[in-house]
Amino acid sequence: MADKIHVNTTINDTEVDFLCESRQSLLEVLRDVLGMTGTKEGCNDGNCGACTVYFDGRIVDSCCVLGVEAQGSTILTIEGVASPDGLHPLQQAFLEEAALQCGICTPGFIVAAKSLLEREPDADEARIRHWLAGNLCRCTGYDKIIRAVLKAGEVMNQGGDARKATTAAGAGATDQRDVYND
Amino acid sequence: MTITSDKDTATSGKYKVLGTRPIRQDGIEKVTGAARYGADITLPGTLHGKILRSPHAHARIRSIDTSKAEALPGVMAVATSKDLPIIQDRELNLAGGPRLFAENDLADKKVLYKGHAVAAVAATSPHIAEEALDLIAVDYEVLPTVLGWREAMKDGATLLHDNLTEKFSEARGAAGEDTGTKSNISSHLQLKMGDVEQGFKEADSVLEREYNTQTVHQGYIEPFACTAQWIPEGRLTIWTSTQGIFGVRGNVAAILDIPESMVKIVPMEIGGGFGGKGTGYLEPVAAILSKKSGHPIKMVMSRKEVFEGTGPSSGTSITVKIGAKKDGTITAAKFNMIYEAGAYPGSPMVGGVTSAVSAYKIDNILIDGYDVVCNKPKTAAYRAPGHPQSAFAAESAIDELADMLGMDPMDLRLKNVAMEGDRAVTGVPHAHVGLKEVMEVMKAHPHYTAPLGGPNRGRGVAIGYRLNGGGSGSSATINVIANGTVSLTTGSIDLSGTRVAIAMQVAEALGLSAEDVTPQVVDTDSVGWTGGSGGSRITFDTGRAAIAASQLVIDQMGARAARLWEVQPEDVEFTDGTFICTKNTNDQFSFKELAGKLMTTGGPVTCSAMDSQGGVGGALAGNIFDVEVDPETGKVDILRSTVFLDIGQAAHPAYVEGQMQGGTLQGIGWALNEEYFFTDEGVMTNSSLLDYRMPTSLDLPMIDTVIIEYPNPRHPYGLRGAGEHPIIAPLPAMANAVGRAIGSRMLTLPITPGSIIEAIKERDAKK
Repeated sequence: MADKIHVNTTINDTEVDFLCESRQSLLEVLRDVLGMTGTKEGCNDGNCGACTVYFDGRIVDSCCVLGVEAQGSTILTIEGVASPDGLHPLQQAFLEEAALQCGICTPGFIVAAKSLLEREPDADEARIRHWLAGNLCRCTGYDKIIRAVLKAGEVMNQGGDARKATTAAGAGATDQRDVYND
Repeated sequence: MTITSDKDTATSGKYKVLGTRPIRQDGIEKVTGAARYGADITLPGTLHGKILRSPHAHARIRSIDTSKAEALPGVMAVATSKDLPIIQDRELNLAGGPRLFAENDLADKKVLYKGHAVAAVAATSPHIAEEALDLIAVDYEVLPTVLGWREAMKDGATLLHDNLTEKFSEARGAAGEDTGTKSNISSHLQLKMGDVEQGFKEADSVLEREYNTQTVHQGYIEPFACTAQWIPEGRLTIWTSTQGIFGVRGNVAAILDIPESMVKIVPMEIGGGFGGKGTGYLEPVAAILSKKSGHPIKMVMSRKEVFEGTGPSSGTSITVKIGAKKDGTITAAKFNMIYEAGAYPGSPMVGGVTSAVSAYKIDNILIDGYDVVCNKPKTAAYRAPGHPQSAFAAESAIDELADMLGMDPMDLRLKNVAMEGDRAVTGVPHAHVGLKEVMEVMKAHPHYTAPLGGPNRGRGVAIGYRLNGGGSGSSATINVIANGTVSLTTGSIDLSGTRVAIAMQVAEALGLSAEDVTPQVVDTDSVGWTGGSGGSRITFDTGRAAIAASQLVIDQMGARAARLWEVQPEDVEFTDGTFICTKNTNDQFSFKELAGKLMTTGGPVTCSAMDSQGGVGGALAGNIFDVEVDPETGKVDILRSTVFLDIGQAAHPAYVEGQMQGGTLQGIGWALNEEYFFTDEGVMTNSSLLDYRMPTSLDLPMIDTVIIEYPNPRHPYGLRGAGEHPIIAPLPAMANAVGRAIGSRMLTLPITPGSIIEAIKERDAKK
């Protein structure tokens, strides 16, 4: 059996350490080692976006990151999106706009959309469609998801939870945008 | 009949709760990551199971040597078909049932498609299990690959099954007469009315075309996943993502040859099914591995396994001959429909045959349908099974026929629409349908006549008629809680918001708000038998059961009120959520007031009911697409999309719209992008979500919805089904749109950029 490696990281504002095999992905570590099953596996090869998490301020498909790469990093998962005060505006908007059907893609969409709205709460439909093109949904036809993100952007513009949201994963600065666009 | 576009918040306005948009009760869990899906449960001591799959599309299994795999440290059990009792006890029955499912779960003597399961391993980690798979030595005698219907139906074709003979039937649902001819054609269904040859003689215009579609997958985002725990000498419990817990229970018990009462199926949330998760693959294998290892076994398919090892929908070839008089009256229609079943008989051919032109009154019809086996995965249901393929053929042909006649395509459809009492090719007269009304709404919609506004643009329209029966049975239990709310227990897997849609019917019946009803989907020990979630039947069938249980609650609570008022139960009325004494109308209890008095008036109120009447009935959907085709690249941009559906009465309109929009997405994918690519050896070459190209948010515009409510008399509130109908019409509507944009009809799906460029070249060569 493969040797395990000790990794220190910060997940959802909490310092976490774990042991993992070098071949285990971050997705496997989250789900199987840490029991954080909110992050979903849809394809395990970076093509569906169901496992999207923040990794040092960038969104990544956690199936394409190794667990050992999390050493010293800051991670945000769906479990860290709501605060003790209540749901994030995106979560509230997804509920109100019926932007989920089966719900398996929802955590990935909310995390990915959050990273957009923190930088561009004014993002329009075209921008949102572009940003979310790496997240597959098979149930909704995307219509209600786009509407929910537009609505959440409005709420965040009006002071909603945007400020709190940007601090959760330690990133959110607009200078990160180039990273996303490459 | 009422018509509601998606900007409105209420629909018919006839009800207090139905037609409104409350937040679904299971929503918070799903937006916070708390909801648990098939792969989200891990019991103490869990091992991980993996499946070895055939690299060959067609081969005989000479032997399987698992000894090296068993010797690998960390491996705790290995299983093959030898471990499935039903395979050892019974011969393969190609007519269907658990013996056939077992053969698809672990192949016995032959593998029939690349990806067919042959052995399974349980180990302490999924990685070790995968390593062990490489150590299993299977000796195959490779056989010629029968790649598709064309090869399968050739004279002298290699036969997949030694004992498969062609059955011929002239009635839907009939077993058919065994022709005794060994063949890859498992069944031939022929339905006819009138005299087609005479009908064609009466026609002024006759169109003949051949249409082809490819193998496509449901594409649910959650791969198959389950966990099985078989207590030694005790019961077997399986936590799984399935569309039907009782179907899985029956199947698992039969395959393992144990009483159904020894099996408990616990439903996890399901991450999409679309028909494809009506059939299980992993559960019996996980159970055997659990029995052999003494541990709980978790099995999760990879995406590649989902594509290669689970049931997609059929590739088809459909020829059409259709004729009409100058005034548009269709005088005859003749179809030949070939549906690939994959490895074993059971394509959705019957769905295609019975639905293709059933929204029309055509006096002379002849339809031949063929179910053909080939070396592809055994097909499974996919949303309105078989309907999209045959509608692509029928609705493309009717659209082109309209061009030949110089008629508006909706006018041609309306000219021939079936009315109540008209007989479809099944021989059954149409009941309360509303087909004409839906078509009239489509034709009158502003989208239908809006200017296209540019070159290389086209508008396509089509209808999709779904025949439903429902009625496989649903149970529901309501418990009244002292604070005046109720819990609602069903066994109906919630694929897309049916919990809230059923809870809203209970709220309507009891005069409560939707928030006062807490719906839950429970395991097979905890609720009465309930058929699977499919056939657009859940909101209708389970809704009826829940309404019946609500009525029992009203009766029992009325009796409690009568006791308090010292009158007879029949002296109590229930109106608008209030119990009223007819002897003294000043005596009144709200539901909540009375709920608080139950424990002092005789104990709790708990009421169960079932419904198996069926009658969800057929209904019509339709799509209008505007597209722009780039003549240089062949790329299709969808400019505008409107979808129509007769829902009878919307329970939760937002989730009805969701069905309409989601069905449209899947139909667009089928029309433009999706197909399995196979090598000559039958190996799928695009088994990832990068290469099997499902529509993304960038590919689609907003999808406008028009909900039409033409009430269904067989439901207390007039509901019809919503789940399946919207996937049918997008295929022909898209083909018609692209065809009109480029001036050349597209007869093969998917309509790829390459095929569009070819069509443009052919068009220009003819000029």
